[in-house]
Amino acid sequence: MEFGPHLLLATLEGAVGAAVLALTALGLSLVFGVMRVVNVAHGEFYMLGAVVAWFVASTLGSAPATGFVAALLIAPVCAAVVAMAADRLVLKRLHYDPEATIVATIGILYIMQQTALMGFGPEARPVAPPFNTRIALPWVEWGENGLALFYPWGLSTTSYKLFVIAAAAAILIGFALFLSRSRFGLIMRATQLDRETALAFGIPVERVYSLVFGLGAALAAFAAVLIVPIQQAHYLMGADPLLLSFIVVIIGGLGSLRGTVVAALLIGMSDGIISVFFSPTLAKILATLLVALVLVFRPQGLYGKKRA
Amino acid sequence: MTVLETKNLTRHFGGLTAVDAVDFTLQKGGIHALIGPNGAGKSTFVGMVSGRIPASAGEVWFNGRDISGWPAHKRMRLGMAYTFQITAIYARLSLFENIALAQGTRDRAAATKALARVALADRIDQVAGDLSYGHQRLLEIAMGVAQAPRLLILDEPTQGLSESEIAGFNTLIRSLAGDTTILLIEHNMDVVMSLADEITVLQRGAVLATGTPDEISANRHVQDAYLGRETC
Amino acid sequence: MSLSARSIALHMSLIAILFILCFTLSDYHQGNLARILVLATYAIGYNVLFGYTGLLSLGHAMFFAAGLYGLGLPMHLAGLAPLPAFVIGVLCAALLSALVALLALRTIGVAFMIVTLMFAQCVFLSILYFGTWTRGDEGFVIPQAARQIMGLDLTDPTTRYLAALLLFSTALLITARIMQQRFGHVLIAVRENEERTQMLGYDVFRHKFLAVVISGSISGAAGAAYGLLFGYVGATFASVQYSIFPLLWVLLGGAGTTIGPLVGAVFMFYLIDYSSGFTNAYMLIAGVALVLLVLFARSGIMGEIRKRWVPWLP
Repeated sequence: MEFGPHLLLATLEGAVGAAVLALTALGLSLVFGVMRVVNVAHGEFYMLGAVVAWFVASTLGSAPATGFVAALLIAPVCAAVVAMAADRLVLKRLHYDPEATIVATIGILYIMQQTALMGFGPEARPVAPPFNTRIALPWVEWGENGLALFYPWGLSTTSYKLFVIAAAAAILIGFALFLSRSRFGLIMRATQLDRETALAFGIPVERVYSLVFGLGAALAAFAAVLIVPIQQAHYLMGADPLLLSFIVVIIGGLGSLRGTVVAALLIGMSDGIISVFFSPTLAKILATLLVALVLVFRPQGLYGKKRA
Repeated sequence: MTVLETKNLTRHFGGLTAVDAVDFTLQKGGIHALIGPNGAGKSTFVGMVSGRIPASAGEVWFNGRDISGWPAHKRMRLGMAYTFQITAIYARLSLFENIALAQGTRDRAAATKALARVALADRIDQVAGDLSYGHQRLLEIAMGVAQAPRLLILDEPTQGLSESEIAGFNTLIRSLAGDTTILLIEHNMDVVMSLADEITVLQRGAVLATGTPDEISANRHVQDAYLGRETC
Repeated sequence: MSLSARSIALHMSLIAILFILCFTLSDYHQGNLARILVLATYAIGYNVLFGYTGLLSLGHAMFFAAGLYGLGLPMHLAGLAPLPAFVIGVLCAALLSALVALLALRTIGVAFMIVTLMFAQCVFLSILYFGTWTRGDEGFVIPQAARQIMGLDLTDPTTRYLAALLLFSTALLITARIMQQRFGHVLIAVRENEERTQMLGYDVFRHKFLAVVISGSISGAAGAAYGLLFGYVGATFASVQYSIFPLLWVLLGGAGTTIGPLVGAVFMFYLIDYSSGFTNAYMLIAGVALVLLVLFARSGIMGEIRKRWVPWLP
């Protein structure tokens, strides 16, 4: 393939990754923003979403579409329930102490991951996409008869990949509206700004925390259901989205939702594009190093505002 | 002899000027009180003197040396001590450990003596966090004294002390004066009037007046700005 | 007995018991304990930073790996003798920890944890990236012929055990000594109240910096010894899991106690060893232990013993 079509293909692959990453990172950012909890187990809620999706799809059997839609509804709910239980049983009892909650969520990470290993097994398992039409993409080139449209071999995407991008965009827009328009969105923002004042105004902060933790996990699980027809479910699949989400949240500014989405698009796209042309390991090293240095020298992130 | 001098010392927080070009000198051996309404910039001022808060502009001279750019710990080693407005002790360590860290040696006799000055010697092996609030404040003052400083900065030391503890505090501070220069931020006017040799009144980040206690109580500007309206 | 005499007596008897165990244990447990002693040395290094200075690192595997590869690569690629290779391993860890300290100590709390995690991840990924020399995940073996020091065969179980004990005892006595000196007291002061310590005239940054370097160097020495004594160098030892382990051992054994790291390492090693007999999900134990410790027993085993019965415990 020529360079141009290759780049278009990489961009499309990157966009799928970015869409899913934006949802996952949004969950992590939401939890950190409102609760000041760094959820190291976030990637495991993603994994849980994928695993539940496989269970739902394989239980419902025949029609992939039915199984997929059911998974899209059930998996986020499952993740939310597990997350809320973890919040009630563990995080709340630690009074959301930042360092203690990190250690605890590392523990939760291993508990979830290893439970998945016991219940789901070490294999990677596929989930069938509900629809998967191959769409060939055209490319323009200056040929013998002037500008010509043609379809290079291998330059194609699928209807499902386009659906993933659209679905993620819809959720992001819906979430932004939910945050700015709904009553619960207002309560969340109030709790994020000032916990004590929120308490004084009668906001049940602990319940808000539980719901936020559940919501963060549900976003990760939803993202995983979207990706699982492309990537397969595996008990160790949580590590990469966790690392990438961290990168996104830190670059975007800890707790800044708009920054998170912008950074997710940036990181997701460049990860997709860089991985096509360079070694993915080198890309990861550079990204991780960059993020560490951002934290050291500009802790409010590239997008966030400086605190007074 | 001048122990401390600030020239044009200034601190901005965003658009707000908390301390505005303060020139201030402190003579050796006296007790100098810094008073003023809340938000007058007293804590910010001593914060800049001690190095906890970086200055936006101006100089700090201590014992004839320009220490403007120095980090806090170097200033302390040169002979300053600082007690926090909000009690800052090692709550999980014993009183002995607290004093030992302050005096820089593990000399138990010296530590006992330092604690005796605030009547806490019999509690030397207790954990500091188990003390009552007033006793914790006294411990912090004892730590400041144990540093054997040339300049002891006390940020609202009597807050939360009982009447009898305040009387003890007054005696302690008087006994230090002479060798140690004391800079005291204080809200309790009885303490100020009975201890201070000299008083500086800060208002909106600037020096409103400096003088003896008598001069300050007679100063019309001070009465208008501060004393007359002081309700607490 | 004075406090320091008691603690010397305690440490000496512990070392004596470990020495006797060398000749009384079965081959299987002797091998395990040799491994545990090296890992406990790693935990002692971690404890200097986490237990005494109050800095929670999530990236100590990079120091362990710096020691491991600092020793392993020169032996593997250039045929260097074990002793100079060991020195290079420790130096690598010391250098890396100084560099990490300069950067990471600009942050505090949660940011410090994440920055150390990220740096360690960079080291781990770099080991994979330079697979031509490191052989990545698969790793490489240091052959028996190369693991000889002055006629001593480090592959012989008893020699290996005694070498591990020598390493452990050195680390134990050094840290116990440090913590009885002014430097150690100031580390604890930094842990308890950083601002107060600064305002008492102590250079907090310098103390934290040295704590990271001491901690990283001891961890690196453990890594180098691991490669030398067990003959295997692989990327697993640089993974996140190996950063979590010392945290787990120290939390379990008792942060800020001298013998807690050993106690924690012994318990966890046997717990995981036992459970891996009937499930491959043995890390579940580690996860459950972390959550339970942080919820119910933050002071760990030795910390609880100190609180309840033996207040002088070092």
